[in-house]
Amino acid sequence: MKLRWRKFVSATMLTLTGVCAVISVSLLFFILGYLVYHGGRSLSWDFFTKLPAPVGETGGGMANAIVGSGKLLLLASLIGVPIGFLGGIYLAEFGGTSMAFAVRYTADLLNGVPSIVIGIFAYTVAVLPFKHFSTVAGSLALGVMMIPITMRSTEEFLRAVPRTLREGALALGASKTRTIASVVVPAAYRGIMTAVLLALARVAGETAPLLFTSFNNAFWSPGWGQPAASLPVMIFTYAIAPYDDWHRQAWAAGLVLLGLVLLINVISRLALARGISAPRA
Amino acid sequence: MAAATTPVLNASPATGLHSFVRRLRSGDEIAHLVTLCVASAVIVITSLIVYELWLNSSLTRHKFGWHFLFTRVWDPIAEQFGALPFIYGTIVTATVALLIAVPLGIGAAIFLAELAPPTLSDGLTFVIDLLAAVPSVIYGLLGIFILVPLLRQYVEPFLMGALGFLPLFRGPAYGVGFLAAGVILAVMVIPFIISVSREVLLSVPRDQREAALALGATRWETTWKVVVPFARTGILGSIFLALARALGETMAVTMVIGNTPHVSASLLASGYTIAAVIANEFSEATSNMHLNALMELALVLFLLTFTLNGLARIMIVLTSQRGSGTGDA
Repeated sequence: MKLRWRKFVSATMLTLTGVCAVISVSLLFFILGYLVYHGGRSLSWDFFTKLPAPVGETGGGMANAIVGSGKLLLLASLIGVPIGFLGGIYLAEFGGTSMAFAVRYTADLLNGVPSIVIGIFAYTVAVLPFKHFSTVAGSLALGVMMIPITMRSTEEFLRAVPRTLREGALALGASKTRTIASVVVPAAYRGIMTAVLLALARVAGETAPLLFTSFNNAFWSPGWGQPAASLPVMIFTYAIAPYDDWHRQAWAAGLVLLGLVLLINVISRLALARGISAPRA
Repeated sequence: MAAATTPVLNASPATGLHSFVRRLRSGDEIAHLVTLCVASAVIVITSLIVYELWLNSSLTRHKFGWHFLFTRVWDPIAEQFGALPFIYGTIVTATVALLIAVPLGIGAAIFLAELAPPTLSDGLTFVIDLLAAVPSVIYGLLGIFILVPLLRQYVEPFLMGALGFLPLFRGPAYGVGFLAAGVILAVMVIPFIISVSREVLLSVPRDQREAALALGATRWETTWKVVVPFARTGILGSIFLALARALGETMAVTMVIGNTPHVSASLLASGYTIAAVIANEFSEATSNMHLNALMELALVLFLLTFTLNGLARIMIVLTSQRGSGTGDA
């Protein structure tokens, strides 16, 4: 009797864990489904080619926000990727000291700092001195967020390169720097690329740090020194506005943003999985 | 490191300067220095964040002191600032989120680590990772248009009817409020709990399970009384990570919490969080005092998440070391 009870408890609880897993996984499909349903109806060619319509008029698009997001991400990568990449090389190749430990730990903590705090940091550094919002300030915020992600994953992929490759190069007389540049980094190239893409996908959806750095703009934003529209901020602004037509646009923008982020994620994760399972030797 | 390792043409005693220059020529020292400088950028940036926040909050720190944290009034026009409603809202929403997310997340992690066949487990983990990648503004969008109406029409009237005798579930059902924010946050932190807890559970040595099963424990007893306690510290670490994220989450919360600086016992009431007030008021703050108050809020948020994250990392590292250590023995 007691055994039967214990087996019953076991089966019930294990089933419950399965239910938990199903609920968690189905959340993604709910999210996707709602966005495709609401966003798909509102998505049109105009969305990609036109400027936002003035308040009260229907129609219009978010061409400026799409370009704005692109510019922000480009400049953010130029800031975040080199620093993250070189820092990752330090951690994997020259590290091993207490300094490397400090860098690694701080990078993890920086990764956990709320994005809105990073936004305030970018505001004090790049908005306050110049007295106006700009693409540069927004990119700085996103770039800072990319640094710890890129750094830690670069380190991880460099560490995964087999020791024998390094020893082979060193035995041929190459200096350590030469070994890293022509043997280790090329071997980890694919992993590092996917890591950079994942970092990009992560910051592509960030809204909070842009609110008071790149701000928003109803028109095109030429150059780098002016306030610029971006997809996430547009979604936020449009969703909390009281106009039905703006809500439709917000759904469409949401679909585009989510599609982009998930696409980058799926492609890079699949590429990564294949790269790792392929025989190394 | 010593200069003697490189073949030296003239054997005259190399001065410190000379050997340094020689090491520089080989390139390795340059690469070391350059990457070291770049890597320390994270330390510089983190210190700069603290410095800027500290510097820019001096006005309110001097005027209100510690009272800032315990005062209820938030009146930018009269320049009276108290952070209590925001701190309260942040803690309440994060608590609601964890109450929902922890059982669900740990349950799912147990399923993925202990029960599911590897292929299924990997596939589901892939989906969970994608869920973690959904931008927070998208959660906010779904929150406003799907979750809030749902709560207002069905869930909140039900809660008021069934549990209305508790002060937790009183008041009109607006839809927006602590409950909506807590639910959205729960959905957002579940992937983090699942993926970290799964890793930690997988690192529990196999012999622990085999020993329990051999003693006659059922599958569940093995999991719950042997595997989970073994991974306890790491799972706690994953919860801390989730908590830190819930505290700092901005957009989704801003969009569904109602944005009113009240301290209210009811979960159905609207409120405010630290991150939400910064998002809403920062670009519109005109007086220096107001900006300083928001900066001080940011400082509070930073220190809170920084501490939690620091503890979480240590806990996760401790557990995986313990797992691998016992596995080797």
